[in-house]
Amino acid sequence: MTTYLLRGARPLGGAPTDILLGEGRVLALGAAAAEDDRAASAEVVEAAGLVALPGLVDLHTHLREPGREDAETVASGTRAAALGGFTAVHAMANTSPVADTAGVVEQVWRLGRDAGWVDVHPVGAVSVGLAGTHLAELGAMAHSAARVRVFSDDGHCVDDPVLMRRALEYVKAFDGVVAQHAQEPRLTQGAQMHEGVVSAEVGLAGWPAVAEEAIIARDVLLAEHVGSRLHVCHLSTAGSVEIIRWAKARGIPVTAEVTPHHLLLTDELARTYDPLYKVNPPLRTDADVEAVRAGLADGTIDIVATDHAPHTREDKDCEWAAAAFGMTGLETALAIVTSVMVAEGRMDWADVARVLSSAPARIGRIDQGEQAHGRPLEVGEPANLTLVDPEARWTVDPAGLASASANTPYGGRELVGQVRATFLRGRPTVLDGRAVEPVRDGEVLP
Amino acid sequence: MRHLLSAADLDRTTAIEVLDAAAQMAATQAREIKKLPTLRGRTVVNLFFEDSTRTRISFETAAKRLSADVINFAAKGSSVSKGESLKDTAQTLQAMGADAVVIRHPASGAPHRLAHSGWVGTSVVNAGDGTHQHPTQALLDAYTIRRHLTGTTANPDGVGNDLAGLRVAIVGDVLHSRVARSNVQLLHTLGAEVTLVSPPTLVPVGAEAWPCSISYHLDAVLADQQPDAIMMLRVQRERMGGDRTGATGFFPSPLEYTRSFGLDSRRLRMLPDHAIVLHPGPMNRGLEISAEAADSPRAVILEQVANGVAVRMAVLYLLLAQERETLA
Repeated sequence: MTTYLLRGARPLGGAPTDILLGEGRVLALGAAAAEDDRAASAEVVEAAGLVALPGLVDLHTHLREPGREDAETVASGTRAAALGGFTAVHAMANTSPVADTAGVVEQVWRLGRDAGWVDVHPVGAVSVGLAGTHLAELGAMAHSAARVRVFSDDGHCVDDPVLMRRALEYVKAFDGVVAQHAQEPRLTQGAQMHEGVVSAEVGLAGWPAVAEEAIIARDVLLAEHVGSRLHVCHLSTAGSVEIIRWAKARGIPVTAEVTPHHLLLTDELARTYDPLYKVNPPLRTDADVEAVRAGLADGTIDIVATDHAPHTREDKDCEWAAAAFGMTGLETALAIVTSVMVAEGRMDWADVARVLSSAPARIGRIDQGEQAHGRPLEVGEPANLTLVDPEARWTVDPAGLASASANTPYGGRELVGQVRATFLRGRPTVLDGRAVEPVRDGEVLP
Repeated sequence: MRHLLSAADLDRTTAIEVLDAAAQMAATQAREIKKLPTLRGRTVVNLFFEDSTRTRISFETAAKRLSADVINFAAKGSSVSKGESLKDTAQTLQAMGADAVVIRHPASGAPHRLAHSGWVGTSVVNAGDGTHQHPTQALLDAYTIRRHLTGTTANPDGVGNDLAGLRVAIVGDVLHSRVARSNVQLLHTLGAEVTLVSPPTLVPVGAEAWPCSISYHLDAVLADQQPDAIMMLRVQRERMGGDRTGATGFFPSPLEYTRSFGLDSRRLRMLPDHAIVLHPGPMNRGLEISAEAADSPRAVILEQVANGVAVRMAVLYLLLAQERETLA
């Protein structure tokens, strides 16, 4: 296996240093890297000026396979993920069939392994068929080859409080976590966009902030009551940030994520009636965007997760109410965090590594062992690593993205920060900003 | 003007221009030969995804009086349910030579998508989209109000006038009403003072940003404001409480609604002598408007229908013919 010498990279934005990768691990750092015997035969990657981050981990990805391979496949979605700097993604359960059995999660896991771009960790459904009535076989999924630790009915809220309580309790047996899509269903029947000044004017049915906040408030209290871990998916409102802040101050074991789009975009975009901006939870107001940025900066919000939601052209090239919810995000997530948080001075690169790698890996319980992610850039650790040009400005071209679907809301937008290389256990999946096709020869990829 | 999608697209000058053109159109409609050659050879498509015989006939009459060819396309359902997408339907109609598409659609923003997504190159007229806009309804209402309340013997249609200082009360289901949204914007643009009167459950969150005042008390508005015009909105039966579909009603019962917000004979007498009563139709007699009110001399409801044709003629003329011909 080839060794790689990354010359002059800046770990977490710190002083330039050399990093030697080989045998799937970080072999040496600094002066020791260049002097290492194995460096002589290494392939050199000029990394001057590039920031080295631990490989990014997405806790919330829709890969659409099985069922909607016309929108995305495990192979196409994970290739996009690698180009976005990710080395691991959690694949959401709302596929067809639903990932509510050991069989389906193992299938998705194997498809990820075969594709070889990133490690795919399937999320298991909380309820059978995402129907919100019966617990799915959480234990079977946890003990399958896919070793599922994150359970979610994402796309649907586990709105029955008893089912939610049971799920929270049940996953304690294998240190799992329930990731809640917080959306009170009765308050959001037919909802199309954030309820407020813009929805009143454009006449689209409102999705009120309280429908998210009421569920989060209930769930943090349930988590406290039963002593279980709770994760809140894609929180989007200022009120949700306040509730999480309160819960953490009380010592409740809750974690929360925000998406890149909720860090950047607002409901004003719905005035275009362009369904590229239709997403669930919906884009909120300026005040909400400011609150989630502040919450991410002060640690109230633990992670950024993409909620990458590819959709076919026909599911977006229509009237707003007929369109699907969701937007792609794997290839733009890091650049958005760089643009709105780092370039604005609200976070440094260590914070980026925390919210996009170590914290999501810990929540997903993939931060230990040979296949660990989100580990520090230290000798002996798995060589999962991303090189980012922190100053590069680029304009998003939907046709130039690798996802099989083009429903990015950022077309034409200039962003700062570009992924130059990604390594998965020492093997480059991206070099010079281009995907490196995994070589197979019938062998299992490292 | 390339499209007419929203009353918000009309500034004061343009709005008055449309109303003045409508007055000219109305004048031609008093002639024995009502038909004008203005749009000869042009094709107007009425693309209706919702049943609305009245609005469709009004547009059809307007286009025919201008000598346009008219194609009526009633698309039952929409891509929301199943079948052909809006994009394919519109492109098909364009391929058949449509110069303007008049669209009625249950999805808010569908006309906007048609005009701005690059699907078709025709002019688009919004004939009512979801709970968003119905700009020609607002124009015909403004036309009717202007004629009745600013017209003089010398200038019976109030040509050139705006609605400055007039008080208009709009009563009923604002939440689901594209008529209310369009009227608030247009009447405000023309200088009128608009008050929405509605039960709190039927006022959208966010309406506090609209250029109007909002009241929950019809009697107080009638007594204190003495509106010059009162517009009663249709209340949909399905908005009421007590059905067995599991839907939660917006008010407890039809009776309670009528008691608080219906225009009955007592409230009719509270209006100033010159005040007029409008309703976009179709009416629920006995619910939002009593028979006495609907049939009273103050009611201008049938005149609204007639004015609708003139206003729609003006809109089609301004969209399709203005640069090519002057009005005969």
